[in-house]
Amino acid sequence: MTDEPLLRVSALSKFYGSRVGCENVTFDLWPGEVLAVVGESGSGKTTLLNCVSTRLLPSSGTASYRMRDGQWRELYRMSEAERRFLMRTDWGFVHQNPADGLRMTVSAGANVGERLMAVGDRHYGRIRATAVDWLSRVEIDEDRIDDEPRAFSGGMRQRLQIARNLVTGPRLVFMDEPTGGLDVSVQARLLDLLRGLVTDLGLAAIVVTHDLAVARLLSQRMMVMKDGRVVESGLTDRVLDDPRAPYTQLLVSSILQV
Amino acid sequence: MATPLVVSDVAKSFTMHLRDGVTLPVVTGVSFSIRAGECAVLGGPSGAGKSSILKMLYGNYAVDEGQIIVQHGGGLIDLASASPRTVLSVRRHTIGYVSQFLRTVPRVSALDVVAEPLVERGEDRETARAKARSLLAQLNLPEKLWALPPATFSGGEQQRVNIARGFITEHPILLLDEPTASLDAKNRDVVVELIAAKKAAGVALLGIFHDLDVREAVADRVIDVTAFAAGKIAA
Repeated sequence: MTDEPLLRVSALSKFYGSRVGCENVTFDLWPGEVLAVVGESGSGKTTLLNCVSTRLLPSSGTASYRMRDGQWRELYRMSEAERRFLMRTDWGFVHQNPADGLRMTVSAGANVGERLMAVGDRHYGRIRATAVDWLSRVEIDEDRIDDEPRAFSGGMRQRLQIARNLVTGPRLVFMDEPTGGLDVSVQARLLDLLRGLVTDLGLAAIVVTHDLAVARLLSQRMMVMKDGRVVESGLTDRVLDDPRAPYTQLLVSSILQV
Repeated sequence: MATPLVVSDVAKSFTMHLRDGVTLPVVTGVSFSIRAGECAVLGGPSGAGKSSILKMLYGNYAVDEGQIIVQHGGGLIDLASASPRTVLSVRRHTIGYVSQFLRTVPRVSALDVVAEPLVERGEDRETARAKARSLLAQLNLPEKLWALPPATFSGGEQQRVNIARGFITEHPILLLDEPTASLDAKNRDVVVELIAAKKAAGVALLGIFHDLDVREAVADRVIDVTAFAAGKIAA
């Protein structure tokens, strides 16, 4: 971990007309750090994620990102083309529904290779070899490389989406309910995979989830949101083991024991 | 002698917002220090706040009042008011913790669970695994279990994995929350030996031991937690 953050978000707000999406959210994210954003549906966590990842423009506030050359850039002042380039190279975005992050009618190999071509790789053999390597890292058999994701199970699609995002060696990955909608056994496998990749690659990540167990397993720090505002933040195990805010106490006490 | 941990006037209570905001005081005026090379034991009945104190020292519980001064990275920091990032750094380099129960991660082998803290500190994975093997062998964990995830292990087996994980690093401060609770006599003796080795290496240890034999064997002094009882009317 270096002493300089990778991302600085300051007083970010997003209003939909008179309704609050998220309000006055401030945080820093350091390299290699995983931040979980938790809260129930409608708490504003996805709005926040979309604003920080520039998929949505906020109503007010700033977000700055430290580029690979060490320069700080204000995200909302960059041109559309620059933001898209950042999104394709230095960032990843893992959607809850893999169909939103994958191209369902091209092969698995092409889904991974496309991101490589976007950063300028043109050598077919090398692209294919990298694709094979990444498919194996997300535990997809090599003989499925020419199949379309349409023919994959939900868990496989999600793993393919992760490979597609990580192949360019991003430094920051946004994840929106990455394990939502999966069976628990498939979830465990995916979480374990994500945890390993994040540690090995030293990724920074912002993970939006309503599942506190997912937050505990993946993140070091977390923010709890309610009605668009951050009601509590801190070390993940501190927030979960000694929740201070009334809403966090309600969330933690609502977990079902197995 | 070096004093890597100084606790002064620490207080902790829980506010239960779901129970009309009732406040449960736990401890108040907690003050003590631990020297390098000694093992202090928190004494007192269940519910006196022993575990809560350990958890505050690990940053796992928030601190209402007071200071927890830790020698960390060549300076002194106050853990009670430190940022999450500082707490993480303290955990990685300065304070180790053996909890009562192992929190397992699906699909990670016992060997890697034990090796992980060393790998996090930048140790090469194979070197870390070699050290993990020798600790697990010392704690008599059957070799056939090493490659399996500990989720299905018995209580005693899980606890030995947990102990190995806690003792593998060279943290200058080590917190022990009943590390011998579900161990048989032979393995309790191993833990006593491990603690003696840590003391000899100049580690400051603070623990909770309900087992009297173990406590007799390792404790240099007992800190009576009932003296910090928050229920008491302040004089």
